[in-house]
Amino acid sequence: MHPMGDVALQQRDLVLIATALMLLIVIPVLALIALFAWRYRSSNEDATYTPDWDHSTQLELMIWGAPLLIIICLGAVTWTGTHLLDPYRPIGRIAAGRPVPANAKPLEVQVVALDWKWLFIYPEYGFATVNELAAPVDRPIKFRLTSSSVMNAFYVPTLAGMVYTMPSMETKLHAVINTPGVYRGISANYSGAGFSGMHFQFYGMKDADFAGWVARNQGAGGDLSRARYLDLVKPTQTVPVMRFAHVAPGLFDAVVGQCVEPGTPCMSAMMKQDGSDTAGMTHMQGMGTPAGPKAVSPLTTSRAGGAPPGKPGDIAQRSPSAPSHATPPHQSAL
Amino acid sequence: MATNMTPSPLDVSPIFGRFTLESLPLHEPIVVGTFCVVAMGGLALLATLTYFKLWAYLWKEWFTSVDHKKIGVMYVILGIVMLLRGFSDAIMMRAQQVMAFHGSEGYLNPHHYDQIFTAHGVIMIFFVAMPLVTGLMNYVVPLQIGARDVSFPFLNNFSFWMTAGGAIIVMMSLFVGEFAQTGWLAMPPLSGISYSPGVGVDYYIWSLQIAGVGTLLSGVNLICTIVKMRAPGMTMMKMPIFCWTSLCTNILIVAAFPVLTAVLALLSLDRYAGTAFFTNTLGGNPMMYVNLIWIWGHPEVYILILPAFGVFSEVVSTFSGKRLFGYTSMVYATAVITLLAYVVWLHHFFTMGSGASVNSFFGITTMVISIPTGAKIFNWLFTMYRGRVRFELPMMWAIAFMFTFTIGGMTGVLLAVPPADFVLHNSLFLVAHFHNVIIGGVVFGMFAGINYWFPKAFGFKLDPFWGKVSFWTWVSGFYFAFMPLYVLGLMGVTRRLRTFDDPSLQIWFEIAAFGAFLIAIGIAALLMQIYVSIRDRNTARLRDTTGDPWNGRTLEWATSSPPPDYNFAFTPVVHDGEAWADMKQRGFVRPTEGFKPIHMPRNTGAGLIIAGFSVGFGVGMIWYVWWLAAICFVGMLGAAIGHTFNYKRDYHIPVDEVIETEGRRTRQLAAGAVA
Amino acid sequence: MSAATVTDTTGSPAGEDRDIFLLIDEHDHPEGASTMLGFWIYLMSDCLIFAMLFATYGVLGTSYAGGPGPKQLFELPLVALNTSMLLLSSITYGFAMLAMTDGKQRATQAWLAVTGLFGLAFLCIEMYEFTGLIREGHGPWSSAFLSSFFTLVGTHGLHVTFGLVWLVTLMVQVQWKGLIPANRRRLMCLSLFWHFLDVIWIGVFTFVYLMGMLR
Repeated sequence: MHPMGDVALQQRDLVLIATALMLLIVIPVLALIALFAWRYRSSNEDATYTPDWDHSTQLELMIWGAPLLIIICLGAVTWTGTHLLDPYRPIGRIAAGRPVPANAKPLEVQVVALDWKWLFIYPEYGFATVNELAAPVDRPIKFRLTSSSVMNAFYVPTLAGMVYTMPSMETKLHAVINTPGVYRGISANYSGAGFSGMHFQFYGMKDADFAGWVARNQGAGGDLSRARYLDLVKPTQTVPVMRFAHVAPGLFDAVVGQCVEPGTPCMSAMMKQDGSDTAGMTHMQGMGTPAGPKAVSPLTTSRAGGAPPGKPGDIAQRSPSAPSHATPPHQSAL
Repeated sequence: MATNMTPSPLDVSPIFGRFTLESLPLHEPIVVGTFCVVAMGGLALLATLTYFKLWAYLWKEWFTSVDHKKIGVMYVILGIVMLLRGFSDAIMMRAQQVMAFHGSEGYLNPHHYDQIFTAHGVIMIFFVAMPLVTGLMNYVVPLQIGARDVSFPFLNNFSFWMTAGGAIIVMMSLFVGEFAQTGWLAMPPLSGISYSPGVGVDYYIWSLQIAGVGTLLSGVNLICTIVKMRAPGMTMMKMPIFCWTSLCTNILIVAAFPVLTAVLALLSLDRYAGTAFFTNTLGGNPMMYVNLIWIWGHPEVYILILPAFGVFSEVVSTFSGKRLFGYTSMVYATAVITLLAYVVWLHHFFTMGSGASVNSFFGITTMVISIPTGAKIFNWLFTMYRGRVRFELPMMWAIAFMFTFTIGGMTGVLLAVPPADFVLHNSLFLVAHFHNVIIGGVVFGMFAGINYWFPKAFGFKLDPFWGKVSFWTWVSGFYFAFMPLYVLGLMGVTRRLRTFDDPSLQIWFEIAAFGAFLIAIGIAALLMQIYVSIRDRNTARLRDTTGDPWNGRTLEWATSSPPPDYNFAFTPVVHDGEAWADMKQRGFVRPTEGFKPIHMPRNTGAGLIIAGFSVGFGVGMIWYVWWLAAICFVGMLGAAIGHTFNYKRDYHIPVDEVIETEGRRTRQLAAGAVA
Repeated sequence: MSAATVTDTTGSPAGEDRDIFLLIDEHDHPEGASTMLGFWIYLMSDCLIFAMLFATYGVLGTSYAGGPGPKQLFELPLVALNTSMLLLSSITYGFAMLAMTDGKQRATQAWLAVTGLFGLAFLCIEMYEFTGLIREGHGPWSSAFLSSFFTLVGTHGLHVTFGLVWLVTLMVQVQWKGLIPANRRRLMCLSLFWHFLDVIWIGVFTFVYLMGMLR
């Protein structure tokens, strides 16, 4: 709860607003419990005793109405907050009252959760690091996240909320850091034996410092070829920082497609091929579930409220029953 | 990826499967020590039973019994025994997290620690909370509706043994092989064969599958009982609230557990047959598992809490000496919760990249659940209003519940706000929240229920002194143990961590460990309470001769404590929602003659035998011992078919026996009236 | 004993006399009074398992992983034959139930036997289809589509197998005890089960096979 980035700050504020709203009703309830328990204790003969009184329409209206009102307010806050703070939505402001400049290009970082360390690829600069992440202050960051083997969650508490990294799927997170400093990043989802050591430093840097950091990495030597990557994915624990000046082209997409190993077909390509003859299926996804609507639509995925993908390769098409024809090509979350 | 490298299930020893001496955790001194203690305790127990020649009694009167009361008691005993195991896991986790600072690795390696938190979750939910809840429902529901047993008495016995069989498999994993190291929901791909090649996940799957069959059947059974076997005059809207919450719980069970069965079956196909449901490759979709398991998992939490709500309704009304306020709205609140339980599951993974609209939809449906829940709290509150509140143990638990659960509910609604969940998901805040509602709701509810109905079941009250010790240590221990976790969660500390490197956090873990220690005292006091009560059972302080020690309001208090095998010599006729209060008020006189023979179901060992074969089948599957699995499968089928050839399933309790039993009660009541 | 608190009637006393608190002359509860309801609830829970498998097939049914799809794999005439076997078995089971209602034990047994044979034929055809697919290298481990296909259809087949075991058991029991109430009740349960499997199969046939061909 010490936000240093605008997204985390707004999330913190939302937590406080929601808590305050609920305390409006929770505090009276707690007080009444104590009051009634005390006042109507059996030794208190003075208190009124009405053993058969069990109904009051006004009270019933109150006990259903009051929580309902609170929930309506909270629901409204939730609806707007969820859309504004959707991690898929490019951020609209750097901080309160400071919109993102029109010409600003977000810093793209590709994040791969490995067993048990983090790989960060900076496509703009062509280098990669392990267990060290940095970003210049006040510049929007766009994270593209995936995982090599099992599920993890990418979480820098001071920067923004967490988002899962999942194998053969791509997720996204948009954020910005406002204050220079060294922060802690972790995996927030248990992923096996080395999970506890799976953390990294996140540096918020002034532009000049960041340029220096970039230069340091670019000068570090080392080449993250596909072969080197396949070596890197082998499970290791509490790994020190590593730097690679060069990264094999298309590595991130290959990780998402589970096809880094030479000769393996990419899942995304396979899905596209599979999807090419799916006419008639997509709008009938609920047909076979006689017991009701439970298992149908949200099983698939969701339409993130964010911008449409830049190129078709960005669409990590996971689930063939995801709406594809009937709806505009929103990006697919999974 | 690694799929091709995992050994084939057929490539193992034909006799021992994949079991070798290495599978015994002899290198783990903690486990060996535990084993010695458990083994010695077990041997002592067996010796005692043999010495006092209790085996035949246990077999005849308990193990093969189809009496819902005895089965209910066995469920509760199972729950309490497993509570000891689950709590040991909790203490070990707290100890590890306190120690693992300043570069220390603590005393548990990852392999052990990861099993512990998985086992803790699985055991506490499936083998503590579920048996306690099912046990109470089993015991109380037929009595409250004026029935002599459940609809399917044999199935009831079978369900219990299947649940116990699941528990046996979990316990076995402690000493033979390992348990899953995946977290309590065993999410793939981590739980897939590529990343968890050992027996742990298979132990998980088979224990839950076997126990799940029991749970499902007991759900069917109790629904039928409540729908079909109510006493004449008891319309649905005259049922006690506990029956309503039980009905809704069992509807949830029947509509949720098949999902668990299906999803675990798919996971086992992935692990055994090499299918590609939840794999990273070949088009599998791990997200589907996450969705399916939560479609079961969310209703599951309401399965646990609804009966607790029912208990509190009975307790608050009884100990306030007052009719329950807002019966109708209580019923509707329960029904609404039941329905909404199915449309909130996605709130367990807002952070998995669903879009904003989907997230807000599920966030808001989740918040909506708090409205009927809030209404319930108010109803209890206004039941106390203008009552005469007696602070006996069940009522103390109820008031502690109302405080604690309100806080837990609030943090739950907070977590339902998706942007807040992005910050708090998987954090210790979440851990604190669900312990807050499960301990503050379910566990407190079960303790209230046990203290409330114990005199009914055994004819003497539980000792109030040790009960109060247990109460205060539990309640304060809970706050000490989990309030620090809320703080830690807000600081961004996540769950399932084995080591920490920020020394400033340690103090919070120390407070939490102190809380866990207090709870340990609470559990010890609970055992002490049971011991002292049994010891002093014949004192006037504890003995209940009336059958109605709390001035109760529902039918279970109309019969003796403990009730005779047949529950009611005559079937009661109901005119009012609080039937027994109504009968007492209008001068009901208990008949002392005119008894008739009573038609009852007959005991059978078939349930125990089939469940025994199921356990053998599970073990065979876990260890790839195919011959054992095959033999046990055939045995299971054979025993089940054999049972259907038994047409003699009922008998009549002779009238002399009824007269004798009722005569004893008449004398007891008379003696009580004189004294 | 107070006469006012006990009734001799088993009618519906509630509301009639507020002072009657007990039923004195009650009949034995007929054994299995809730069996049909209980079995029905069980069937619904089973239905939910199938719903999950259908949903799984709905999600994964086009994940061929580069392999063949329904058009290349399914032989519709064979499946049509299979479907007719199962539908016929449902009809003959209906005849068995009619015979049972008339108390004709031999006719019941005969129709049950015919039902069993149709069921067996269904299973054999399904096994033939499965082994064919596996021999050609399209086993359940080849792609998520095939995994979900084999699981959905196979689970149905497993149910039919259990239905057959049950059918044989019941035939033995009818032979042994005759059409006593307990056996009639069991035949009713199996009837529900058998027709239920039929309904599920119609779903499978439509959703998996027919719509698979349309893709």
